[in-house]
Amino acid sequence: MTPLVSIEDLRVAFNGVPVLRGVDIALQKGEAVGLVGESGSGKSVTWLAALGLLPRHAQVSGSVRLDGRPILGAPAAELDQVRGGRIAMIFQDPASALNPVLTIRRQLCEALALHRDLQGNAVKAEARRLLDLVGIPDAGRRLEAYPHEFSGGQVQRIMIAMALAGNPDLLIADEPTTALDATIQAQILELLSTVRRELGMAMVLISHDLGVVAENCDRVAVMYAGRIVEQAPSNQLFADPVHPYAQGLIGALPPLDGPRRRLTAIPGTVPDPAHMPGGCAFAPRCALVADACGLAAPTLAPIADDRSVACVRAEVSRRALLGIAAE
Amino acid sequence: MGRYFAIRIGRAALTIVLVVTFAFVVLRLSGDPALMILGPEAPPEVLAAFRKAWGLDDPIWAQYFDYFGAIAKGELGRSMRDGRPAIELVLERIPATLALTLPAFFFKVALGVPAGIYAALHRGSGIDRAVMMTAVAGFTVPSFVLALLLVLVFAVQLGWLPSGGQDSWRHAILPIATLSLGGAAVLARFTRSAMLEVLGQPYIRTASAKGVPWRKVVTSHALPNAAIPTVTILGFMVGTLIAGAVVVESVFAWPGVGRLLVVAVANRDLAVVQCILLLVAMTMVTSNLVVDFLYGFLDPRLRSKGAHA
Repeated sequence: MTPLVSIEDLRVAFNGVPVLRGVDIALQKGEAVGLVGESGSGKSVTWLAALGLLPRHAQVSGSVRLDGRPILGAPAAELDQVRGGRIAMIFQDPASALNPVLTIRRQLCEALALHRDLQGNAVKAEARRLLDLVGIPDAGRRLEAYPHEFSGGQVQRIMIAMALAGNPDLLIADEPTTALDATIQAQILELLSTVRRELGMAMVLISHDLGVVAENCDRVAVMYAGRIVEQAPSNQLFADPVHPYAQGLIGALPPLDGPRRRLTAIPGTVPDPAHMPGGCAFAPRCALVADACGLAAPTLAPIADDRSVACVRAEVSRRALLGIAAE
Repeated sequence: MGRYFAIRIGRAALTIVLVVTFAFVVLRLSGDPALMILGPEAPPEVLAAFRKAWGLDDPIWAQYFDYFGAIAKGELGRSMRDGRPAIELVLERIPATLALTLPAFFFKVALGVPAGIYAALHRGSGIDRAVMMTAVAGFTVPSFVLALLLVLVFAVQLGWLPSGGQDSWRHAILPIATLSLGGAAVLARFTRSAMLEVLGQPYIRTASAKGVPWRKVVTSHALPNAAIPTVTILGFMVGTLIAGAVVVESVFAWPGVGRLLVVAVANRDLAVVQCILLLVAMTMVTSNLVVDFLYGFLDPRLRSKGAHA
C-alpha cells in the first residue's frame, strides 16, 4: 500500500550548517505518529521543509511524496493546493499564529474558499459549523471577533478549526499545547484525538512531552540532532527503548507505578549543528559508546517488523536494558 | 472608543498651548524687537514709543495673558514691520508652500512605499541593496546639500531648469525633487523594516500553511499589518506640509511660509512668528489625531483597548 506521505533522505541546511541530516519517515492513512526529541533536533523543520514553509535561504534536498507524487520543489500553485487542502498544520504559539488585524470569519472563510467548493452563505455556515465542532461557544457571533478577544486555548481551537477547513488527510500539530496551561492542554489534545477519529485523518504530533505522545499516538519516532534514531509503536518504545538516547529520554520520566527510583539524566548537551561529531551524533553522550560509533553515522535499520533503530550497539543496548549481561 | 478620542483631543489641545507658550517665551528672551526693527541708532524715545505701542513694556506675564486672550478671540496680532494682520501675511504664503509640499508628499508616498515593500520582499537581492543604499544616501544628505547638488547639475551644468524663483511650473521641479527624494528615502527604509518585521511573524507562516498563494499572503495578510507603523511616519509627513520646506524655500528663493518664517525670526516680528508656529502646531497636532484615528481603524487591538480603558 502506498503510504499517505513518505519522506526520504530529507536534508535541510541553513547557511551551509546542516540541521536536518537525512530523515526517513512514512505515514499511513489515518495513522497518528508522534515525533519527539529535544529543541533543535529538527522535529518542526522536517515538516516545515516538507511543506515548503522554510525561509528561502534554507537549502532543502531529499524527497517528500504525497500519495506517491513528489511535493518537494513542486510548483507554487500545486503546493498551495497541498497546504491546507491535503496537509494542514497548527503551531505552537496560538496567540501569534492568527493574523491580529483580520476577523476570525475572514481567516476561516479564506481557508474554506481556497479548498472547498462553497459559495456565499454556505461558506459562513460552514465556518460556524467548524467553530461549533471545535467547541467555541456562540460561534455565529464570535466569527466577527478578532484573535485578541479569545483566550490562548480558544485561539488554538480556532487554529484547529482552520486546519480542518480544507478537509486535510494529514494534520501536523507542532507542539500544539506547549504554550497552554496544563488543564487546557488536556482539552486540546482530547479535541485533536476526537476530530481525528471522526474524520479519519492522519496526524503527526510534534512534542517534547513523551507522555503526551504516548497517550495520543500509535507510533513514535525519536529525533536526535537532525536524524530519526528510533521508530517503534508507542507501547513498545516506552516499554523497551533500544537506542541509548531513547532509553535516556524514558529513563528521565518518573514512573507512575512501581517502586520509586532515581531519575536519570542524559549527561552532556546536544552537539552544535555547526560542529557535529563524525559518526554517531549521540556518541559523545552515550554510555555504551564503542570505537565503531565514531566511524560512520549509523543508518535506521529494522530490528523487528515495525521497529527500526539507528545504532551500531542496538543489540548490546537492548540486552543491557533487559538486564542480560552484555557480550 | 469615545474615551480614546477624548483623551487624545485633550492632549492635542495641551500640546498647542505648550508650543505657543514656548514660542512666546523664547522669542521674548531672545532679543528686543524694537531694536531689531528700528535699528540700534533709533532715538530712545522712538524705541520707547514702539515698545508702548506693541505692549512690549508690560510685564511678560501680562503680555502672555493678553496674547492668549487675543488668540481666544481669534486675533493673532499684527506684523510689527508693516502693520498688516499676521494671519493675512501667513495665509497668502500658504498656497505657494503647498504647491511644493503637496506634490512632494505624493511623490514620497508613490516612490517610498513601493520601493520599501519591494526591497523587503526581495531581501538581500541586488535591488534591495540598491534601494537601501539610495535610501541611506537620501536621508543622510541634508536637504540644502541635495538642493545645491540638484542646482549644480540641472541648472548650472545642464541648464535645463531654473535655479530659483517662482515664475513658472518649471521653477517648482527642483524644490519638489529635493523634498521628495529625502522623504521617499525615509519612507522606503521605514516601510521595508515594517514589512520585514511583519513577514517574520508566525501568522504569515500560518497563512502560507493554509495554502494562501504568496501574492495574497503579501496583500491581505502582510500589508494591513505593515500599514500600522507606516501610517505613523505618513502622519508626521502630513504634519510638515505647512512648514516642512523652510530650508528648501530658502535655497530656491520660493516665497512660501518657510521663507516668511526665516525672515520674521531674523526681524523678531513676534506676531508673525507666533502665528506660523501656531499654525504648524495645529497641523502637526491635527495630523497626529488623524493618525490616532487611523490606528483605531487599522488595529482592532487598539480599538478594544480604547473601549475598555
